[in-house]
Amino acid sequence: MGDHHHGPAKGLSRWLFTTNHKDIGTMYLWFSFAMFILGGAFAMIIRAELFQPGMQLVEPAFFNQMTTLHGLIMVFGAIMPSFVGLANWMIPMMIGAPDMALPRMNNWSFWILPPAFLILASTLFMEGGAPAFGWTFYAPLSTIYAPPSVTYFIFSIHVLGLSSIMGSINIIATVMNMRAPGMTYMKMPLFVWTWLITAFLLVAVMPVLAGAVTMMLMDIHFGTSFFSAAGGGDPVLFQHIFWFFGHPEVYIIILPAFGVVSQIIPTFSRKPLFGYASMVYATAAIAFLSFIVWAHHMYTVGMPIAGELFFMYATMLIAVPTGVKVFNWITTMWRGSMTFETPMLFSIGFLVLFTIGGFTGLMLSIAPADFQYHDSYFVVAHFHYVMVAGAVFSMTAAVYYWLPKWCGRMYNETMGKTHFWISFIGFNITFFPQHFVGLAGMPRRIPDYALQFADFNMMSSIGAFIYGASQIMFLYNVIATIVAGKPTSDEKVWDGAEGLEWTLPTPAPYHTFETPPAVR
Amino acid sequence: MGFISERLRAQLGYAAILIATLMSGGALAQDSKVNQLNMSPGVTSSGQAIYDLHMAILWICVVIGVLVFGVMFYSIIYHRKSKGYKASNFHESTKVEIAWTVVPFFILIAMAVPATSTLIEVYDTDEAEMDILVTGYQWKWKYEYLNENGENVSFFSNLRTPQDEIYNTEEKGEHYLLEVDEPMVIPVDTKVRFLVTANDVIHSWWVPELAVKRDAIPGFINETWTRADKEGIYRGQCAELCGKDHGFMPVVVNVVSKEEYASWLEDKQAEAAEIKALMAQTFTMDQLIERGKGVYQGRCAACHGMNGEGGLGTAIAGSAVATGEIAGHLEIGINGVAGTAMQAFGGQLNDVDMAAVLTYQRNAFGNNMGDMVQPIDVFNHKKG
Repeated sequence: MGDHHHGPAKGLSRWLFTTNHKDIGTMYLWFSFAMFILGGAFAMIIRAELFQPGMQLVEPAFFNQMTTLHGLIMVFGAIMPSFVGLANWMIPMMIGAPDMALPRMNNWSFWILPPAFLILASTLFMEGGAPAFGWTFYAPLSTIYAPPSVTYFIFSIHVLGLSSIMGSINIIATVMNMRAPGMTYMKMPLFVWTWLITAFLLVAVMPVLAGAVTMMLMDIHFGTSFFSAAGGGDPVLFQHIFWFFGHPEVYIIILPAFGVVSQIIPTFSRKPLFGYASMVYATAAIAFLSFIVWAHHMYTVGMPIAGELFFMYATMLIAVPTGVKVFNWITTMWRGSMTFETPMLFSIGFLVLFTIGGFTGLMLSIAPADFQYHDSYFVVAHFHYVMVAGAVFSMTAAVYYWLPKWCGRMYNETMGKTHFWISFIGFNITFFPQHFVGLAGMPRRIPDYALQFADFNMMSSIGAFIYGASQIMFLYNVIATIVAGKPTSDEKVWDGAEGLEWTLPTPAPYHTFETPPAVR
Repeated sequence: MGFISERLRAQLGYAAILIATLMSGGALAQDSKVNQLNMSPGVTSSGQAIYDLHMAILWICVVIGVLVFGVMFYSIIYHRKSKGYKASNFHESTKVEIAWTVVPFFILIAMAVPATSTLIEVYDTDEAEMDILVTGYQWKWKYEYLNENGENVSFFSNLRTPQDEIYNTEEKGEHYLLEVDEPMVIPVDTKVRFLVTANDVIHSWWVPELAVKRDAIPGFINETWTRADKEGIYRGQCAELCGKDHGFMPVVVNVVSKEEYASWLEDKQAEAAEIKALMAQTFTMDQLIERGKGVYQGRCAACHGMNGEGGLGTAIAGSAVATGEIAGHLEIGINGVAGTAMQAFGGQLNDVDMAAVLTYQRNAFGNNMGDMVQPIDVFNHKKG
């Protein structure tokens, strides 16, 4: 093994024992896509049941298992690992490093994920069914009143947290120690910046989540009463702990998406990113604010008015740095020389729909108005605008953008654009009407609904089937590109692309930057 | 080009028709609220204040959105390479950055002022003229009228929609899933304070038109209030996921005139006295079975099956409990089975109904035990 110019090992051992950031990144990406399909399948079951009023396909108890697993799998299985995969592939190439700083831990942080999700998915076949208390698992529904499978769920969350923490430590160590000479912090690509800040958020809050599930475990099996008033505890304590993790968590999901879009928009505008420094500061500001706004998820629990006001004001403040980001992206496009390849289309889709999600977020921050919005479909619409049109669109853009660099083959542009338009239309048909039913009074997480909500729900379901089906086109396009795409050896791939990763040969060799590049 | 714009125009036309249809549908059907698009201002002053706040922020967002997206789409249309537009190279301007940090900040302050005053109003539960204790159960609400003079009145409010409508074997009624056997009744123009709590898991009591949503948390009591300006029936649902039948625990509030409320309260108090009297009586088998059948269908059938065949719960037909010792049957009916969905019904059914339903279970579905449970047996079992 003294020879550093070896290629990958042969067969299965290449993947099992690999410490190569590209291999690990690839595994993360495929794994997250598999989870995306699984979580998506659960969403299809949800929308099929909600196609019409009345119970048709599933029972209410199973419906609740579907909403719970859909949320958990999309958040922890699809979105988070996909961005970790992207970080693995791109961060070393963007900062001129040969690999991640801690390659063996990198292998571990991936390989404990599949068993964790196997455990989580296996709860579906257990006595009493899978967890059915929502991805937010509020106590005591998730403790005293939970199915026995909750213990497996707790174990699975612990393992996921472990994986995330290891991945984050690796990213922090890599970015801090392995930048090429001359690459100062303020020269790092924005994707690296957003991930560095995200990694700090993860290290800060994943242990809090671990604490929450451990307390649940104690309540369930060891006779404690952290979350039970009967024993001197408090169910609302659970919500405070959960959202102290949960709110930074949503920025953990969206910040890397901001990073991706900040790479793509300049490329296709053929113009440098506007306000680089302010983008960095805005990201840091959002990360800071994310720690002091958690209770805006809990406006209706009966907090004292001083608490409500504090969390309302702090939450409203998030609009400022987020606005700065949106303005910067649009000013980057302004007087550029734009072309609209698939990554750019998805980035513009992100920009438009994420902004709409930001507006509804601002509305939700207003505590008295939230008394009407809270736990209604308005909230469901809001967070799918930021999670799907935000994180997932951005991730999709990233795959189209860097896929040619990864495999040296060009994807089918027409199919990519078709995928965008079907996704964009399907997404809006699904989620826009949910604003209406939410405002009209339809609560979330219900398997059946009053007749006045029927038309919009049917529309929503049709949109969901369209959006779901369009992802098969995405899968096909990616596989077809890898297997038989048009070969390209153009280093830059995109004529407007800037950054170290585009100075490497295409496809990117197994080992890159064994000697650090010079950064001006 | 011409072809594309032609097609685009046709599509925009369809979209306009769709939107117009939706809007008019919303406007025409204001009473039944079919395809309602927006929040309702409801029938309370706080509801109106919340609605105004909601609309103000919505319009601020719309204006900002039009400006931001306007600039973006202008850029997308005119600054494209295919039009030969050459890229500029500017990428920094501290002045601009300061401007779009400071301006939104002031817009936020403008929003925060009315939001704060509305919140203070909504939080002011002082000087309530009456109190109702609202308790969430899996999956029903209990309303207890706390009267300073006279007896407290309390009852459960259960979903009235039959399983046949839910499982599509019967046509769905107008208020499908939003109807209860016994609604809350409150007087118009009266400040009513709700003390909200729960018996098992967290629920959330929500009536959109009263602009009230407050979490019901076991072990804690939350306060909120309403003052309805208009008589009518207002419907809502539980808003916090509370288990299997979270979607099946509606809230119905009947706002009536003060006179009507007073006579309703009198009737309820008389009814309570009547039940008390009944509890001392001994019933015949037929009386118990007739009463028990109704109770069974309302309270037991959802889990144990219409014909005792079981479902989410165990089968009653031929069960060891229903065909075993009466004491064991009483124990499960009154205190439930810990750690399962079988709740303690002792606090939910009065002794007459409990006696009746147990007798029914022992003598229906082929369980021909031939024995009876009397209200006094229930009373004695509860006493221990």
